[in-house]
Parts: sequence; C-alpha cells; structure tokens
Amino acid sequence: MKFRPASVLAALAVTFVASTAIAETNLTVYTAIEAVDLDRYKATFEKAYPDIKINWVRDSTGVMTAKLLAEKDNPQADVVWGLAATSLLLLKSEGMLEPYAPAGVDKLDKRFVDSANPPSWTGMDAYVAAICFNTVEAKKLGIAAPKSWKDLTKPEYKGHVVMPNPNSSGTGFLDVSAWLQMFGEKDAWAFMDGLHQNISAYTHSGSKPCKMAGAGETVIGISFEFPGAKAKAAGAPIDIIFPEEGSGWEAEATAIVAGTANLEAAKKLVDFSVSKEANEMYNQGYAVLAYPGIAKPVEHLPANVADRMIKNDFEWAANNRKAVLAEWAKRYDAKSEPKS
Amino acid sequence: MSAVVSALPAGRAPRLQLSSDDVVRRGLMLVIALYLVLALAAPLYVLLSKSMSTYRFDLNAFEIQRSDDSGTAFGPARTVAALNADAKAITDAELDTGSDGRLSLTKLYEDFSFRSPVKYRIRGTTNDAAFLVGSDLKRGTDWVEVDSNTFRRVVLRPGRSVGFDNFVAYFSTPSLAQAIWNSVLMGAISTVLVIAIAFGLAYALNRSRMRFKGLFRLVMTVPILVPSLLPGIALVYLFGNQGLLKGWMMGHSIYGPIGIVIGSVFFTLPHALLIISTSLSVADARHYEAAAALRASKWRTFWTVTVPGARYGVISAAFVVFTMVITDFGLPKVIGGQYNMLAVDIYKQVIGQQNFEMGAVVSVLLIIPAIAAFFVDRIIQKKQVALLSARSVPYEPKPNPGFDWGCFAYCTLIAAFILTMIGVCQLAAMVKFWPYDLTPSLKNFRFDLMDGGGWASYYNSIEMALLTAVFGTIIVFTGAYMVEKSDGFRAGRSLFQFLAMLPMAVPGMVLGLAYIFFFNNPANPLHALYGSMAILVICTITHFYTVSHLTALTALKQMDREFEPVAASLKQPFHKLFFRVTLPVCLPAILDISIYLFVNAMTTVSAVVFLYSTQTQLASVAVLNMDDAGDVAPAAAMGMMIFYTNIAARLIHAAVSRVLLSRTQVWRGR
Repeated sequence: MKFRPASVLAALAVTFVASTAIAETNLTVYTAIEAVDLDRYKATFEKAYPDIKINWVRDSTGVMTAKLLAEKDNPQADVVWGLAATSLLLLKSEGMLEPYAPAGVDKLDKRFVDSANPPSWTGMDAYVAAICFNTVEAKKLGIAAPKSWKDLTKPEYKGHVVMPNPNSSGTGFLDVSAWLQMFGEKDAWAFMDGLHQNISAYTHSGSKPCKMAGAGETVIGISFEFPGAKAKAAGAPIDIIFPEEGSGWEAEATAIVAGTANLEAAKKLVDFSVSKEANEMYNQGYAVLAYPGIAKPVEHLPANVADRMIKNDFEWAANNRKAVLAEWAKRYDAKSEPKS
Repeated sequence: MSAVVSALPAGRAPRLQLSSDDVVRRGLMLVIALYLVLALAAPLYVLLSKSMSTYRFDLNAFEIQRSDDSGTAFGPARTVAALNADAKAITDAELDTGSDGRLSLTKLYEDFSFRSPVKYRIRGTTNDAAFLVGSDLKRGTDWVEVDSNTFRRVVLRPGRSVGFDNFVAYFSTPSLAQAIWNSVLMGAISTVLVIAIAFGLAYALNRSRMRFKGLFRLVMTVPILVPSLLPGIALVYLFGNQGLLKGWMMGHSIYGPIGIVIGSVFFTLPHALLIISTSLSVADARHYEAAAALRASKWRTFWTVTVPGARYGVISAAFVVFTMVITDFGLPKVIGGQYNMLAVDIYKQVIGQQNFEMGAVVSVLLIIPAIAAFFVDRIIQKKQVALLSARSVPYEPKPNPGFDWGCFAYCTLIAAFILTMIGVCQLAAMVKFWPYDLTPSLKNFRFDLMDGGGWASYYNSIEMALLTAVFGTIIVFTGAYMVEKSDGFRAGRSLFQFLAMLPMAVPGMVLGLAYIFFFNNPANPLHALYGSMAILVICTITHFYTVSHLTALTALKQMDREFEPVAASLKQPFHKLFFRVTLPVCLPAILDISIYLFVNAMTTVSAVVFLYSTQTQLASVAVLNMDDAGDVAPAAAMGMMIFYTNIAARLIHAAVSRVLLSRTQVWRGR
C-alpha cells in the first residue's frame, strides 16, 4: 500500500473533530464519603454518563464544610455529593446552593429531601447513631451491655464511655441534637450531665470512639453503625447496640453549588445520585437508603436499622446548632482533666 | 585666589556612587524582602484584622408588621429594636454572636402562638440585612409574609462590624480561657523537666570520658526525625488502656497532662540538648584549675564555674522548649484527652465549628507568649560575652570510672526511652489487630484503604520536602548573603533582619490560618496559589526560615569582609566571587540548611494542616487524620515511613557532604 500523508492527516483531523464533538465536561465534586468508595462511585457514574468526568475533592465532613464556607464568595465546586445534610443546610442558609428537583426525586423517602420546593439538597443514605460495645473488655471488668441511652449514666460504666465532642465532630452533634429532640431540653441536659460523669474522653472524630472500643482502649464507644460494622469485619470483639429509645441520624446528601459553570452536567449528576442504581451502590456500606424498599442488609448490622431512626428535624438542628454547642461547651468543656 | 574660589558655583555634594553590583544586590535583597512580606507580614496582618471582625445582630436593620386575627389587616411597620424596647425580650449580651449566629423573634410577642391565624411581614431596612425563613436566605427590603407557624422558623442573621468583642467573648467562656492556663502550665512543667534532663545529657556528653558518645549523640537526635504526633501514638500503645506498661501508670490516665508532658519531653529534648551541649562544649580549663587551687569542692565548682558558663545556653533552650510546647498541636491532639490547650483550640474552632474569627482570636493569643519569649531571649543573648579568649586552655575531662559509668547509665536510660517510643510504634504498625490479633501483617501499610490520602500523600510529602529544601536553601542563603555582605542601606538591612527573625516567633498553626485568610481571598492576585503545592512549600520555607537564616549568617560571618573589596578592586563582578569563593566555602552550611528544611518539611503538621488540598495531602497530615479517624496502627505505620525517609535523607546527606567537602574544604585542614 502506498503511503499517503494527506489521507493520514485527514484521518487525524476527523479523529480530532470527533473527539472534540463529544468533549467531556469536568465536574469538580466536593465530598466527604469514605476514601475506599471514591473510585467505585466515580466509575459507576461515568459508566452511566461517559461524557462527564468527576474530579473528586475529598476531606472529612468538618473540613469540607469549612472549606465550602471559606469559598463562599468564590465557589470552586460544581457539586457537593456526599456531605452531611446539616452541613448542606448551613450552606443553603448562606445562599450557596442551587435549588433543583432531580428526575425521580418523588420516589425518595421524604425525610431525605429538603422541605423547600424545588429542594436545595437530596439525600443518599443515612448513618445512624449506635453504641460499640467491647465484649472482651466488658467481661474482664464484669459489666453488662447497655440497652438504652439512659443506661449509660449508670455508675458501673464510670470511666468506660467515649463519645465524640459535638464541638468538633458532626457525629457528636448528631447525638446531642437527637437527645434534645427525643428527651426534651430539660431531660436531655440532665441525661448529658449524668453521662458526662462516665465519659473518659471526648474525641475529635465520630468514628474514633467505635474504633477505640474495637481496640479495647474503651469499653463503650458512642459512634455510628458504619465504623462498627467495619471494625467487626476486621476482627474487633464488639457488639453494635442500637439503644431502645431510638437513634439520631444524619443523611448524606447531594446539592448543586450556586454559580456553577456546568449546570447541565451538575443536574445530570444529581439525577444519578437519587437513582435506584446509585442507591444500590450506596448500599454496600450503608444500611439505610434514601430510596425506600431496595436496601439489602449490611453484614454485621441488623436488618431493621431504619426503624431505629428518630424523627430528625434537620432545620431545627441547623438553626439551633450554635446555641446548643455553646451550652454544651459551657457545661462540659471546662472539665480539664479526665477523672481517673 | 579666595575671591576666585568664592566666585565659583557650588559643586555637587559628594555622594557615594552605586556600582552596578550594588544595584543588583539591593535588587535581590528587595526581592527576598518582598517574599518575606508576602509570605509572612501580610498574612499576619490579615489574621489580626480577622480577629477583630465581629458579628452582631442589628435590630434596627429589620422591620416587622403584624396582622390582626383576620390575617389581612396589618398594623404599622416597627423596627425590631422598637419592638424589643417594649418587650425587653432580647438582652444586649445576646446580640453579640459569631458568623453563624441565629436570632429567633417569637419572644418579641408575649402572646405569640404558632396556632394563631395572625400573620407577620418582615423585611430588612437595608439591602444587606439578612434573615432566614427556615433555611431559606432572604435579603433586602422586600416584605416577606409568613403565617404564625412559619414565623417560628424566622431567624435573623448578624451583620459584620469591627471591635474587640471576640476577645471579650473568648475570655468570658471559662473553658476557653482555661486553655491559656493549661498551655502555660504544660509549657512550664515540660520546660523544667526537659532542661534538667538535657543538662544532664549534655554534661555527660561533654564532661565525662564515657564510651559510645557518638552513638548516644545519634540516638538523641531521633525525635527530630518524626512528627510530634508519633510520641503521642507511642504513649497510647505503652500506657493506654491496652498499653504494654499500663501498670506503670498506677491507675492514672495517660490521656491528659501526663501524656502531654512525657511526649513534650520526647520531642523537645534534641533541641534543648543541642543548645545546652554547645554552651557546655567550650570551657576554660584555667577556671577549673583556679577552683581546684582554692580547694573548692566539686559541688561548689559545679555551681560557681560550670553552671554560670552554661547559663545563657540554658535560658535560650528554656525559651525554645517553652515555645515549642505551647505551640505544638499534634501531640495534645493525640494524647491530650480533654485537657484543652490553645493550639488544639484553634483547630477545634476552625475545623470543628468553622468559626474562623475565633480561630484568629486564639491565634493572636498564642502569638503573644511566643513573641515575648523571643524578645526576652534576644535580650539575654546580647548579654552573652565570649567565654573563650585567645589565652584560654580548653578543658579536658579526666577519666573517673565511677562518674563515667554513672553518665553511661544515665545516657543509656534516656536512649532506651527514645528507642522504646519508636520501637513500640514499629511493633504496632506490624501486627494485624492490636491487641487481639498479634500475627505479623503489613495490612497497616495499605494506606490507600484509609482516610488521609493513601500512599499518594507519602509521595506528596517527599516532593514537598525536596522542593522546600531546594528553593528554601536558595532563598535563605541569597537573603543572608545580601544582608551580610552588602554595604550601606542600613535601614533596609535591619528591616530585612527583623523579617527574617520573625518566623521563629510565629507558631505554625497561626501561620497556616493566616495563609487561609490571605490567599483564599478571590480579590488577592495570589489566590491561584491556594490549594497548590506551591503554597505548602512557601509556608514551610517561611515557617523554618529563621534557623536556616541564622545558620547561613554564621557561615558567612566566618568569611573575611575583605573578600568583597578585593574582588571589586580586581574588577570582578560579585556573582563571580559568590559562585567561585563564597558558595564553596559555605558549602557545609548550605548542606546543613537543606537537610534541616527537608527533615522539617517531612514532619511538620501544624503549619500545613489548614492548607493542604485533596491533590496535595501530606504524610504528616495523614498521620493526624488516620489517628483522628481511629486508625491508630496505620497512623503509626505512616509515622514510621516518615522516620525511615528522614534517616535515608540523613544518610544521603552524610555521603554527599563527605564527597563534596573533600573537594572544597581541603583548605580548612591547612
């Protein structure tokens, strides 16, 4: 065959034009989902929408929220996918979110959708407050497993309970706000006064108490169900207890950042995030999904986790957050040394 | 003749002409001074102004109309201030708040009921006034009508002003003010302990004839090679509730002051030892001979000759240790339990509560003791007089088996403490599930499965440390050269010198937070640097600028100032002198600066914890985040990776030094 440079050039030109014709949109997506899930979520989405590429920016919930707020006047993100609903409400109240009703939003559990119409955020899944209880250490010390939140104030648990500090952990705040909503203000603070007597440390992160219980550094870790299941799978001798009064919970949620230059692509991502397919994807780690009726049980967790969730008022939590945290700090932060 | 002279016009006043060399030198000095202004002074200024930025509810900025029971006929518009003047429901103290403050309005109406048919209208009186209906943001002067049930959910947002209210708020919160006391107490206790231990070590290393001095010196520098979080993790494994040596705690908890003090001793010891050892290494034997001739007891000689000779070193070391302890953030974060310290408070305010203003307030508070310590130290240093004169006779310790073996035992004890701390981290990193499954495993090194950035963060750290070492050395050495070897331009040089000394007094966290405020401002043309590797490098160079600068200055001062005039008279441009003479002569110092910057860039947490982005996570920050998430064993594993990298860097440094120095420093031997 004779080599013809012109035809090669033409072929190249065609390829070039074709490749620009399906030019892909790059979306900057801020997230706080687990590091191990990043690649899986990205691959599943990009398979469904090959012309959109996700660039993850990931950090813990607190850091991500701080970052978004710091960028208030010059947002860098197109979409937030996988951040606590309470954090998104905070952003909403700063006018940072673009309201959008994704296709299929009506199929979701109403508790997982922003109350405004069109909603500013839509939920993915939930993490539910739980107690991680180290059975080996408990046996050594001869203490029984707690059944309820109120049990935790019993003297036998003195110095054996660890919980996240609500002032630095979203999970900690979730617990406190749930107690306030469940028990009423007066009883809730009385309960926390009692609990404080038994606490050996307030941690900075929400999953640490459970991992501490897993490693025997404490007997009881107030945390949430996800790290519990993970620690159990890694060989930790723990039971995951859902207290009988009910558990506080937080939704992981999705929202479009107002002012994005890629609104169409952002909408497609949010459409995907509420789809049945996406929810099945979330199900690998999370037992409670925004899409009702499709959740399969997660290993080491009971099938009825969703029934343990209290009626959580995100708006109340967001608007009273400052006052609650200030009161909490006033009561308990002054404790300067762990009582031994 | 005189008449002729007086008739001549007055000549031009004689003036020293700037040579082109001088212009280039001053230009370079200006460039580096500009770097220090942009990377240090400007961010600190922005931080200070941020700490004064307060939030307050302005009740005059909102108006409310209320309807009667029909829900259609509205009364007159009244400002919230006027309503409150009647109802006296909101106290003045409640008006001061933070950036996320919310003020509910229902208490303005005594008879408020969410079931009533009464309707409310609310609006701002200015375009900036903002309020929320539920979580929807409303802004401006348009009326928003809501029913009683919705009015429950209306909250006002604060406006911005300037003042000292943040400081007042900080000091009136007992738990926060307690942090100041805690920090000072921990600093003081750790300082006393470290100085005592380090003095003993320095004494043993310089004034005894014990064996293995070189080995001990090496072991004592180990803590410099690991992040300050690592001793915290080691203490958890040693003395935590599942600790190997838990019994030693006699029922006390390692989480809290005890852990902070032990960990602080560990990571500040090398610094104190270095300073005190230098001051003990020189001594005039004639003083000791005189003491012996006067029949002074050994004890008395120690207190009247040895201690006074080393006192400036001791004081200097005390200030360095104190500053390090109160500004360190990694250690109390890991082991501090509920014991609140200032540096951790900044982190909690910024990351936990997104309260940037309060973070700035704590930063300003943290800077005060650090700057005070810095100036006291400078004053004391000026009083230091040369101990050695030309007629001094170097002191040589005589063998004394009892004393030497005592020293040996003491050094072995401290070395064992240091090696145990490192060893236990290595051990914990290598087992499957501490303490329940102790089978050896490399599972904890699979960083990609954990929070914190995975192996990428490790490679990022190496890249960052290399860039810091290369660019930092160039910037620091050029700056020091321009200050030391330029003539004239005195004001500019002393200003430069001040800027170069300032980083020593600025805690890393404060610098990091100042960088957020300065660089993450869209109006700043340098905004593009935010979130990049460059900002991490700039921040780290600036953070460790002072010690590097002083090292370079010391080396340059050893060179006779005659070199420059000689070169000028030979009509040689200064850059030729610089590259042909100055640089080769100062090579040992330059290598020292670069390894110092590399090692510190690998281990620093505090300065970069606010600045890294997803693409630029760092190993030291990964240690923090993994520990935070409860993955303590992987955190220990990453800490050990940093340790091994720094050892490798040290070995390469030693090899390179040997080769280069044998080529360039032969003259020193003559």
